[in-house]
Amino acid sequence: MVTLENVSKSYAKRVALQPVSLEFVPGETSVLIGPSGCGKSTLLRMVVGLIHPDSGRVLVNGEVLAASNVEHLRHAMGYVIQDGGLFPHLTAADNVTLLGRHLGMDAGRMGEQVKSLAELVSIPADALNRYPQQLSGGQRQRIALMRALMMDPPLLLLDEPLGALDPVTRYQLQDDLKSIFQRLGKTVILVTHDMAEAAHFGSDIVMMREGRVVQRGAFDDFLSAPAEPYVAQFVRAQRVAGITARP
Amino acid sequence: MMKILALLCLLPALCAAQTINVGSKRFTESYILGEILTQTVQHSGEAAATHQQGLGNTAIVFSALKSGAVDLYPDYTGTIAFELLGLKRAPDLAELRRMLNAYGLGVGNTLGFNNTYALAIPEKRGTALGIVRISDLARTPDLKLGLSQEFLSRKDGWQALKAAYALPHAPRGLDHGLAYEALAAGQVDLIDVYSTDAKLGRYGLRLLEDDRGFFPAYEAVVLYRLDLPQRYPRSWAAVQALEGRIDAARMAAMNAAVELESKRFSEVAREFLSAAPASADNAHASTRPSFLSVLFGPDLGRLTLQHLFLVLGSLAPAVAVGLPLGIWAARSRRAAHAIMAIVGVLQTIPALALLAFLITVMGTIGSAPAIVALFLYGLLPIVRNTATGLIELPLSLRESASALGLPESARLRRIELPLASGSILAGIKTSAVIAVGTATIAAFIGAGGYGERIVSGLAVNDHVILLAGAVPAAVLALLMQGIFEVLERWLVPRGLRLGSESPQAG
Repeated sequence: MVTLENVSKSYAKRVALQPVSLEFVPGETSVLIGPSGCGKSTLLRMVVGLIHPDSGRVLVNGEVLAASNVEHLRHAMGYVIQDGGLFPHLTAADNVTLLGRHLGMDAGRMGEQVKSLAELVSIPADALNRYPQQLSGGQRQRIALMRALMMDPPLLLLDEPLGALDPVTRYQLQDDLKSIFQRLGKTVILVTHDMAEAAHFGSDIVMMREGRVVQRGAFDDFLSAPAEPYVAQFVRAQRVAGITARP
Repeated sequence: MMKILALLCLLPALCAAQTINVGSKRFTESYILGEILTQTVQHSGEAAATHQQGLGNTAIVFSALKSGAVDLYPDYTGTIAFELLGLKRAPDLAELRRMLNAYGLGVGNTLGFNNTYALAIPEKRGTALGIVRISDLARTPDLKLGLSQEFLSRKDGWQALKAAYALPHAPRGLDHGLAYEALAAGQVDLIDVYSTDAKLGRYGLRLLEDDRGFFPAYEAVVLYRLDLPQRYPRSWAAVQALEGRIDAARMAAMNAAVELESKRFSEVAREFLSAAPASADNAHASTRPSFLSVLFGPDLGRLTLQHLFLVLGSLAPAVAVGLPLGIWAARSRRAAHAIMAIVGVLQTIPALALLAFLITVMGTIGSAPAIVALFLYGLLPIVRNTATGLIELPLSLRESASALGLPESARLRRIELPLASGSILAGIKTSAVIAVGTATIAAFIGAGGYGERIVSGLAVNDHVILLAGAVPAAVLALLMQGIFEVLERWLVPRGLRLGSESPQAG
């Protein structure tokens, strides 16, 4: 579904990403994790085409991502960021249908899609007519997810989608998101810095540090066989061992 | 409304056909002479005549003449030689004519007076001391001279005069505005004046004869386009017949009639042409009109329409050009530097210089060059606010729009411009309010508007007329502000005007 071949990125004084190669399998949920500045967001933004790699290439659906096809390929991706990225001048519903309207999607079909997505993400109908300012943080992320799913893309990319939410809302959305991912069967790449969240979502966890991949595997591998001392340190620092099991 | 505006646009074009355009500069004497020329042409019955009065300064009216927007206007030989031709000394009339022929211009007969620096002494005192000529002064070294700072400091002023006449006096500097009063109070015996000053008659002053020909001649003449006598021979003959008919005393009296008695230029000119005296001691003349009667004078409607026409006529193209320029500047850093530099520099060009330049380039005076100038001045706020509005949009929103897969044009139309609409509208508002104020200078080049009152108020030093122009301009500026606040409510998307009424993070 998504293949990164030796992609790297440097800024004036800092190497953001050493040459990295990764492959993400269709229908799976993968989690990119690591401390701030480890390159996990850079990697995700490369897949969306917001950052161009200095070297290497990105393949989406077997196509090499380039300026000429990036808009077309983005229609096959849903992208959600930390604060939702909703446009404040549009109502929730208009945010969700923006791309559909631009692409000339049939109004009736659009209405049905919005209705079923609202059910999927548990958003009440009246919230759809509000402006982002008038919604709670959790509602905004649910709307952002609706917007990402509107064109039914096979690929879903989430950059710390729950990072700005309070613990209770976050806990609830983690459950909701997981069941949504399972139900839709999409390829999901989710970025987080929270090990418990990573363990909750994915059997495929990619841990990064200082622009390179240090370990990839299931959560248990990180506990039982950390690839380097830093991995054990990172896991320990987040005190996740005891709370991985959910009620 | 639209019809009237269309008509206003057409007016200059229509007039150009069978009308002789008389110009004048921005001071009382020039207004009066322009009016005399205009009425003279009208009386000859050959063509209509309009008076493009109070055209900014010498450069503007000269450009207007060269471009054909004006056919003739009154000027002075000294001004023509020094300011227009850039000469070091004033040549005789025949030589001036030869030099102006190169521009397709001519100099008519002298009107009869010389408006130059002169020395003035109260009539009685002059008689008592037997002073008639400047050279007589050498005999009276005790005379107290009060001279204006300008005259004292000019190279061709006091020092040169003192040398030319071997004068022994030590003059003191005196503000020109106070000179007449100081003279009347006996604090000084002699002052420098212009030979046609309005106050000469009122204070009973004698002008000393420049018997050694020290002061350069500023003979009043008519400057005209050489094609005028061929096109309108009878009108031109009538103008030439004014030769020698206005002496300095007559001119001073007419200046006084306007400045001291608040007579209208046209009235003074009519009296002159019908040979009735325009005497300065005509005390019953007109009473000074009240502010309100001037403010709501019959020309208020026309001036308002003209002013609105200037503002809206320049604002619309400024938006049409400024918006794309602002978008371009927001897109490309290199373009931004060039664009902001150019519209910034435009802003620094003095209005009169810009107008003079535009008249030459466009070959016309009136609303067209005025609107171009206002348009150029209006660009900066619109371009800058559009560019900053777009540049300062949060990166997360711009990236979200990109990530959706919207093409650039759709991002601009559906996301970026609506989000920046508050800033863009504020720029247009600034531009509109500035235009209301700047449009008052359009009167310098005959484009009308409230500036017409301000300009003529300045020319005759009448604060009532000046205020009657400045007040409605200020009211219009406030009105503009109000209109844009309403527009803002209407155009800025509702979602952007919401306060944070609901929980933010949750």
